[in-house]
Amino acid sequence: MNTRSEIRFVLNDRDVSLDRVGANDTLLDFLRLDCRLTGTKEGCAEGDCGACTVLVGRLQNGTLRYEPVNACIRLTASLDACHVVSIEYLSDPNGKLHPVQQAMVEHHGSQCGFCTPGFVMSLYALWMQNPDPSETQIETALQGNLCRCTGYEPIIKAAKAATTLGSPAEDALTLERATMTARLTELRDGKRVDVANGGSRCILPASVDDLAEILLEMPEATIVAGATDVGLWVTKFLRDISPVVFLNHLDELRQIVKTEDAIKIGAGVSYADSQAVISERHPHLGAFWDRIAGWQIRSMGTIGGNIANGSPIGDTPPVLIALGATITLRKGAARRTLPIEEFFIDYGKQDMANGEFLESISIPNATPHSLHAAYKISKRRDEDISSVCAAFNVTVQNGTITAARIAFGGMAATPKRAAHAEAALVGAVWSEATLIAAAARLGEDFSPLSDWRASAEYRLQVSKNLFRKFWLDQQVDAPTNRLSA
Amino acid sequence: MTTVQNSAPAKIKGGVNADLRHDSAIKHVTGRAEYCDDIAEPVGTLHAYLGLSTKAHALLRDVDLSAVRKAPGVIGVLTADDIPGVNDVSPTGRDDEPIFATDKVEFWGQPMFAVVAESRDAARRAAKLAKVTYKELPHALDPEAAQAADMGYVTPPLTLKRGEAESALGKATHRIKGKLRIGGQDHMYLEGHIAFAIPGEDDDVIVHSSTQHPSEAQHMVAHVLGVPSNAVTINVRRMGGGFGGKETQMNLFCSVAAVAAKKWNRAVKIRPDRDDDMSATGKRHDFVIDYEVGFDDNGVIEAVTGEFAARCGFSSDLSGPVTDRALFHADNAYYYPNVLLNSHPMKTNTVSNTAFRGFGGPQGVIAAERIIEEIAYHRGLDSLEVRRRNFYGDNGRDVTPYHQTVEDNIAPRICQELEDSADYRIRRQAVLDWNAKGGTIRKGIALTPVKFGISFTATWYNQAGALLHIYSDGSIHLNHGGTEMGQGLNTKIAQVVADAFQVDFDTIKITKTTTEKVPNTSATAASSGSDLNGMAAQDAARQIKERLIAFAASHWETDAENVQFLPNAVQVGDEILPFRDFIKQAYMARVHLSAAGFYKTPKIHWDRETGQGRPFYYYAYGAACSEVSVDTLTGEYRVERTDILHDVGKSLNPVIDIGQVEGAFIQGMGWLTTEELWWDAEGQLRTHAPSTYKIPLASDRPRIFNTKLATWSENKEQTIKRSKAVGEPPFMLGISVFEALSHAVASVEDYKTCPRLDAPATPERVLMAIERLKGGTP
Repeated sequence: MNTRSEIRFVLNDRDVSLDRVGANDTLLDFLRLDCRLTGTKEGCAEGDCGACTVLVGRLQNGTLRYEPVNACIRLTASLDACHVVSIEYLSDPNGKLHPVQQAMVEHHGSQCGFCTPGFVMSLYALWMQNPDPSETQIETALQGNLCRCTGYEPIIKAAKAATTLGSPAEDALTLERATMTARLTELRDGKRVDVANGGSRCILPASVDDLAEILLEMPEATIVAGATDVGLWVTKFLRDISPVVFLNHLDELRQIVKTEDAIKIGAGVSYADSQAVISERHPHLGAFWDRIAGWQIRSMGTIGGNIANGSPIGDTPPVLIALGATITLRKGAARRTLPIEEFFIDYGKQDMANGEFLESISIPNATPHSLHAAYKISKRRDEDISSVCAAFNVTVQNGTITAARIAFGGMAATPKRAAHAEAALVGAVWSEATLIAAAARLGEDFSPLSDWRASAEYRLQVSKNLFRKFWLDQQVDAPTNRLSA
Repeated sequence: MTTVQNSAPAKIKGGVNADLRHDSAIKHVTGRAEYCDDIAEPVGTLHAYLGLSTKAHALLRDVDLSAVRKAPGVIGVLTADDIPGVNDVSPTGRDDEPIFATDKVEFWGQPMFAVVAESRDAARRAAKLAKVTYKELPHALDPEAAQAADMGYVTPPLTLKRGEAESALGKATHRIKGKLRIGGQDHMYLEGHIAFAIPGEDDDVIVHSSTQHPSEAQHMVAHVLGVPSNAVTINVRRMGGGFGGKETQMNLFCSVAAVAAKKWNRAVKIRPDRDDDMSATGKRHDFVIDYEVGFDDNGVIEAVTGEFAARCGFSSDLSGPVTDRALFHADNAYYYPNVLLNSHPMKTNTVSNTAFRGFGGPQGVIAAERIIEEIAYHRGLDSLEVRRRNFYGDNGRDVTPYHQTVEDNIAPRICQELEDSADYRIRRQAVLDWNAKGGTIRKGIALTPVKFGISFTATWYNQAGALLHIYSDGSIHLNHGGTEMGQGLNTKIAQVVADAFQVDFDTIKITKTTTEKVPNTSATAASSGSDLNGMAAQDAARQIKERLIAFAASHWETDAENVQFLPNAVQVGDEILPFRDFIKQAYMARVHLSAAGFYKTPKIHWDRETGQGRPFYYYAYGAACSEVSVDTLTGEYRVERTDILHDVGKSLNPVIDIGQVEGAFIQGMGWLTTEELWWDAEGQLRTHAPSTYKIPLASDRPRIFNTKLATWSENKEQTIKRSKAVGEPPFMLGISVFEALSHAVASVEDYKTCPRLDAPATPERVLMAIERLKGGTP
């Protein structure tokens, strides 16, 4: 095995090569402390405020893609062969502002200014993808950016106006695209990367086979995909996560394979990358996907990680359970596939052996005559963790319910199906009364907890009400029963 | 005299009333605006980190810091024993707020020590290694528990009384008694607390910090170091948001950094992680308000009583003036013929609550609006109609519960104009019609006013200074006592000076606020920044102008009235000189081109003992109309539309003022909707970072959002260019959303019952209120 012992990436316009990188080192500290690029701010150190937003360009299947990420929880070692773009790169050397910056100035989009570089970077990412966005698209792009001063109105105006001030075709990142692609391609030398700082070690496997091998040797290693959860172990719990094995750089794990009856999603596929195909196959998940975190987190975080960390309040497990998804786990060369709900054993306990890792998720198509909905109930509509997450998959044939898969998050120690409620549905007539009767069984399925997100009473009440909402949402024309988007 | 004005440009760039962008806007968008944590660190800079308690109330039996001291990179630790002066940062001199707890801790998150290390990471890791042996004591976390446990007050309570409320209640046709619980609010400034101290010779220390109150930080650091104030310099270039959270709360961080810097003779920075910042520093006060109102058939109020119990935390901090201000605003815009209001500043085993935009005022205003709402549901009236019938008026209906006469009442006009421009009546009917269809989505609408008293109720705070230099090249340097936290204060003050000298705005540079330039300043708080500092700057400009006019009259041998400041030029008789040439001549003629300006607010006085006086120089007004949709199955909601009409007098800078109004509204809406502080039974705050504490996002904005200033308004009082303060008053416009939610909830029971929503109205509280009304148990 050919091993390299340095992390190499491009920061703005310069090459960076680091031979001492610890598992806990973050991009934000690298920028602010090591490079004194202080335009990128720390607001929360947990990926929730967006003040540290930078762009990271990476090659995927040979194509260079830029995404907004939270530098605070982006682990430095994961940047190998990437292009990091910080706020300092935006305005040209003559001091001319970037169209997004100019628009922010003209529309008074900053007050205290602390969140502003992060907003500019998110808006920059949006402008590159979609220079003339709708208000909803702007809001979706800004779900991961908090501003406490402006009330956002001027920022939205700026986002709309940026298109009139310049075109992405003339942007530096567009003009440099070919050279940067070549530069990053060169950095991807196919070697395993193994770096350390003191006793703290990071490994970027050369391939999935290599990953499997490394985990056999080091079953205690922390597997990191998007670091949107592990990042907080570092920044909030000061946990030593060494040795770390990264997997997000592996193209093999970032593949989405569409077959006739299912989609197979690699463990490294981000929420953002999976959104198009998921909403195409499962339209009820389109809007739901936008409720997962903010754009930065959706760009970093993976469905695989959302499953593997076993949280009872992850957004995707309930919907995947309802759809009857399966996951494939791999240990060495051995693979096994199991229904996703069997993976969750208890709080903090999953069906994953030492040295094993999650390789892919397979989501079957909706079965004929099935009706679907996914609900996320949270204190704040966007970029929040659910109080309750509910996914419905009910098959109705000739007015009778023939099958039901209803899964909840936030209601138990694991994401879990509502067995009693399902039983009450199957065989019954498809009607509002049936759903209300089934909902009444939820107390037998769940005894939720009270915490800072919601009380047990609310969790149970709203879960019951969602059965009725599911019914109402299946009615063709019910404007008095739906909140505006 | 020949008129030659045509040869000069007609107007300066960026005078008063102009829509000028924030003076740091370009630096903000490029990341070049320097915040405290961005300042280049001298070689050898150390980092301090606080060790916080993990009990809400306990005796400290043993605090073993040996592992902390031995941790990698650690230089040393600081405890109360290391404080050369006084171990206290109580801002009101009550001596009840130790920097480091000694024999006991009184809230979860209370600092016990600080560790100083070569890096912030090392200090932070080391701080976790303390071994503390506690002997737990019973704790009371909220005002009701504190009252039950007889915890007492942290500061003397206030009573406001006019007329005979109790007997008037007895005689009233209708009487309603209710309770309103209002949650607190974290400031969630994007830049957290930070202080960076650099030791100097003798006793000197310079502290860069993100504080709204440099003078207090200076005096506090001196107090803690046991040195005179003249040894301490506090510098603030800008803050990444303050909102009141950095008025007193920074004192502790400044003091710790300064003590460490002097002890080790090295620069020391302290910056807590967000979670620790939120756990260890104060917030908006939660209130539990018991109110009773008597009124007639028409909904006209005859008497009001109110008991205002606040969660003050373990020490007084600013809880005295905050709870006072709650009472001062418990009338909002309404006349109470008989009134009795009592504050109960309860001691609790929580972090000491502090200033937050509105400073207790919002909690008073919301009580008044709840009373209006109660009457409206009771009488089956539109709440706007009830408001109208109870507004302050003339002839004996113009005296507040603190016996100040309301002389500038424009609330009725503001509300009328907003009612018209927002199509309130038509839309209210449409809301009722929609709800009558009986769907699960219900709508609600409310139009609520605000009247907010402007001035510090601590009368001596209503003073300000400014220092103005004109350099011999004609460029102007200005310092004033205010601090820039995003509100555009420096921009407005520079506009005032630009206007005074008739020079373009960019002639003037305002740099950091420093205690070296302007002494004994007041906090940039109480919305007073431009009122006070603008006048002080204008006074400084006036002094220099007088000297320049005298010089010109004498030099060119003409009368003073023949000297005029034209745009970027000075006309003396027939001659017009560019401003910079004129200044050069003045310098050559040895004219003193520097002045210290001063201002104190006239007319105000306040006697707290009798509860009478004129605490406020004037009032600022505004109104908002909000419409919401509520999903009655989940409690989720959307703000569909908000229209605001707000009074800033004659605006110094309309775009900056609109930014303040919009931002304050959203922040006020957040306070009453998704921002929830949640303590567990052990007393630990569990919503201590943006992952758990949810401030509004862009997508929470009203779907339609119209904000207008009442351009016809001019301050009746002689404030700076007849403008009005803007920072706090629009915060309370968020109450319109709260009441609209309540309206939607009430629809499930045909508006028969006031839903009595508590705040924040999270989806959970909304749904539970709906279920309660449906179940017929109001």
